[in-house]
Amino acid sequence: MAQLAAVIGTGQTKYKTKRGDVSIAGLLREAAVAALEDAGLGFDDIDAVVIGKAPDMFEGVVMPECYLSDALGANGKPMLRVHTAGSVGGSTALVAASHVQSGTFRRVLTVTFEKQSESNAMWALSTPQPFSVHLNAGAGGYFAPIIREYMRRSKAPYDVGIKVAVKDRLHGARNPLAHLHKPDITMAEVEESMMLWDPIRLLEACPSSDGACAMVIAAEDAVDSSAKPPAWIRGGAMRSEPTLYAGRDEVNPRAGRDCAADVYRQAGISDPRRQLNCAEIYVPFSWYEPMWLENLGFAEEGQGWRLTMDGATSLDEGGDIPWNPSGGVLSSNPIGASGMIRFAEAARQVRGDAGAHQVAGAKLAMGHAYGGGAQFFAMWIVGADKP
Amino acid sequence: MSDDAVTGIEAPIYLQYQFTAGRAPARFLQRLKAGQLTGQRCPGCSQVYIPPRGACPACGIATEEEVVLSDKATVQSFTIVYIPIPGNPIEPPYIVANLVPDGANISFIHLLSDCVNDEVHIGQRVRAVWKDASEWDYSMDNIQYFKPIDEPDVPVAQIGKLPVSGWGAGA
Repeated sequence: MAQLAAVIGTGQTKYKTKRGDVSIAGLLREAAVAALEDAGLGFDDIDAVVIGKAPDMFEGVVMPECYLSDALGANGKPMLRVHTAGSVGGSTALVAASHVQSGTFRRVLTVTFEKQSESNAMWALSTPQPFSVHLNAGAGGYFAPIIREYMRRSKAPYDVGIKVAVKDRLHGARNPLAHLHKPDITMAEVEESMMLWDPIRLLEACPSSDGACAMVIAAEDAVDSSAKPPAWIRGGAMRSEPTLYAGRDEVNPRAGRDCAADVYRQAGISDPRRQLNCAEIYVPFSWYEPMWLENLGFAEEGQGWRLTMDGATSLDEGGDIPWNPSGGVLSSNPIGASGMIRFAEAARQVRGDAGAHQVAGAKLAMGHAYGGGAQFFAMWIVGADKP
Repeated sequence: MSDDAVTGIEAPIYLQYQFTAGRAPARFLQRLKAGQLTGQRCPGCSQVYIPPRGACPACGIATEEEVVLSDKATVQSFTIVYIPIPGNPIEPPYIVANLVPDGANISFIHLLSDCVNDEVHIGQRVRAVWKDASEWDYSMDNIQYFKPIDEPDVPVAQIGKLPVSGWGAGA
């Protein structure tokens, strides 16, 4: 039986287009130091370090953990790097948590990052394949046809994605760390923004951000160093599936459904919309909100868009299940860190630490990340109450 | 920092790989050079894969049986791309479609052209426009693009399930 573990510190950089003032190592250290301060600890208190980032091709630095360990005080300690494409921020947190839950370490520092200003993700995701035409137009080009198929199946109104784009930017305007601050954004502004990969418009897509996110995860007997309450890890799960197989439901991937069922079972959740207070879900393109509302069981299949349109996921509209109160991936996307931001923001909510984007009285929150061709999933549920 | 402080340098990386295709993709590329699309059928689930990778990703077992496919296909989904592809001269807007060739059970992506962009739709029937045979190589670029053909749309439930004999009036 796994031992209890909790998040006792989170640290994030400000997310922006270009952090020219720090190196990649400096960026990570900034987040790590902030997380340690939040936890009331120093580097010496840490037993092991777990790093995560998206593909090495992005920045063109192979195995960056080799030199980043210096900046993270990892020398002489166990250090591990995790890699599961865009879901890596989530799976890194789960790997760090498992090192505590197994009883191996008492305090683990975990850090994820991306420096998109130094990278070329579009190029890295568009390399020629020998048995395919060279038409890969980055992540947007890959996900746009899947969104189109969701629109066909669900018969959702054309402006659901536009509504999500506005909602998440209004949330992001409350979060001083968010990359995009657009408090005056309107549906018309999103609709009139440039079409990139039809049906995805510019403002329905995530920005390219520099940034890092870190957390300190501690064992049950080591949670008291922080001035803030711990966020108890109530469940964690990962699933994967092949990018392509005949009959695959790309709109509603089985790995996502299975992963959600696993994490809900661990946390004793049968009705996520009613039992969770909020969720930080990986939505890099606006239409993924209604798609994941269905995949994760917050709505029946084909009905997710109704929650979005009814304002159920909006803080500003007083929704009953706010999604991405921090502004989400649509407001900040340092790719490798984006999943961990979801996990850390879920922890901030149940610690009462989310500032102007706090969901009042949040006791139970979900963090979610997906990656690759929507084939890797990582999820956790954190709670204010000790299980 | 002063205005002329060095805050970054350009450090380009060039990568060139020798790709070992493996048996199934090598056979696929050989047939492609002869102007033929081929797939492999999984002995477990009977699904036909293109390009064949030598194993069924769903069943995890080796595939051997070669299936000659049609160069007619059905649009499973698509996107109209308004931005250029890095390293590709194609002019936006262009349509990248997920196409299932008749006889196969999975889509690949290819260019859809010689069409009215606003009229492209899921279930639409298309056919390959090949380059001149003298230019054929071990490459999907042997097909310049796919273009719409005058055949009735395929109902969504049937996309990815057509026999190699195809789809037509009365099918």
